Amino acid sequence: MRRRIPIIITFIVGTALIMAMFIPHTPFSSLDENLSVYFDIIAVFAFILGGGNLLRVHLEKIQKKKRDWQFSIVTVVGFLFMLIIGFFKVGGPPGLSGDFLAEGSWFRFMFEAVFNPLQATMFSLLAFFVASAAYRAFRAKTKEATILLIAAFIILVGRTPIGHYFTSWLPKQLDFLHVPTLASWIMGWPNTAGQRAIMIGIALGVIATSLRIILGIERPYLGAEK
Amino acid sequence: MSVVEKLGNVDRRIIFLLIALAVIIPLVFNISFMEHPSPIVQTIFDKIESLPNGSKILLPFDYGPSTAPELEPMATAVTRHCCKKNHKMYIMALWPTGQAQALRVIEDVIEEEFPEKVYGTDYVHLGYKAGGYGLINTILADLKKMYTTDAEGTHIDEIGMMSDVQNLRDFAFICNFSAGFPGLKEWVQFAGDPGDIPVAGGTTAVSAPLLYPYYPRQMLGLMGGLKGAAEYEAALVHGYPEYEKVYQRAIAIMGPQAIAHLVIIIFIIIGNITFFIEKKRAKKSD
Repeated sequence: MRRRIPIIITFIVGTALIMAMFIPHTPFSSLDENLSVYFDIIAVFAFILGGGNLLRVHLEKIQKKKRDWQFSIVTVVGFLFMLIIGFFKVGGPPGLSGDFLAEGSWFRFMFEAVFNPLQATMFSLLAFFVASAAYRAFRAKTKEATILLIAAFIILVGRTPIGHYFTSWLPKQLDFLHVPTLASWIMGWPNTAGQRAIMIGIALGVIATSLRIILGIERPYLGAEK
Repeated sequence: MSVVEKLGNVDRRIIFLLIALAVIIPLVFNISFMEHPSPIVQTIFDKIESLPNGSKILLPFDYGPSTAPELEPMATAVTRHCCKKNHKMYIMALWPTGQAQALRVIEDVIEEEFPEKVYGTDYVHLGYKAGGYGLINTILADLKKMYTTDAEGTHIDEIGMMSDVQNLRDFAFICNFSAGFPGLKEWVQFAGDPGDIPVAGGTTAVSAPLLYPYYPRQMLGLMGGLKGAAEYEAALVHGYPEYEKVYQRAIAIMGPQAIAHLVIIIFIIIGNITFFIEKKRAKKSD
């Protein structure tokens, strides 16, 4: 019974939502609307679960003094500090309904002075690793690798203003060889064709999986069977 | 070790140093290049330009500080354009970090450059709400069901410009700035398509190829990375020549990016030349 009831609920809700897609009239339209609100409410609880899980994992690491446990102290202290100053709007407007990012609030200061530069720094480092990886990995070892290399080369040049000057001397009849035109062609045709194929494949996979879940063939949401 | 071998195995610290110089030198000497808006970017500019003054435009800020260097310039340029056209701007975020990013643009562009704009009449900041595409699906039918207050906690019914907004269909245009999920793709799938609302936006350079399948029928236009932002700035300068003397951030930082790309290309060429020389030598010795 404990397994049958969730399967029945899934079947009824899933079928009703599919019907709502094709019958945009009451009660189906309001069903779709209300269930979307439930989804949004549940999404909020994901934050509580995520925060709880983060604390559980790191407190356990500190308690058992696992490898690099000192970093977990920084994580837990940082998390609790931001949570408290954000929740109580320290330095900001009084009351719980005010803006936690208001001028003068501690949360705003921490976001601007700590979080912002830290995230920007982490992401900026990618430029260095991408350059090093491109130098080592982009070798024309096979036919496929050569095609990839040529495409990457055109996109790299075409996505900069230099690309425009590179072939601007070409006569109008050879405009199709202009680097930005070639870059746009690669993005607009081979790339789009590949992306569409992948997207259609994913969509078919999602439909198949959804049907399996609605029909009770696949039951990942029930967890492991005891 | 021969010269060829040395060039084929350049120490990564040298690559890092050259990339750093490729970025720093053009920044210090203010090296920048002329930009030319491509059709995919120009359509966004034309759409905002062609809308009647005072049209309602939704601007979702779905990114964080890590992608701000790419997305903030385009958000700034679009907001500036909306202000120039006196459009009503409805700012929101599907990303928790998006609210703070939106606040930066509000302060730097709307409040500083257009002090005559009144909060609640010309623009409103609805802030962040959880739910991702679920939220888009909900507000497509009823916006006030999810947004009962703005980011500052003011009740939605007390905000003048919200009185004639019931759902997403009331917006003339949605221009999203996104760095991933949920983002532009979800705005196209859950708002643009079912609601028949024109959607366009900007995304990071790495995400741009994933969005091309939606252009031009489902997505009006796309600003891909810093290049897209610079092209929008170029279109804005062309349309509003008074901005010629105003600092255009994306155009300014496209210089370092262009030089850095050149350095990467040179390294790829060197890597391939040495690869072929070594391959030829190996064949000979066999």
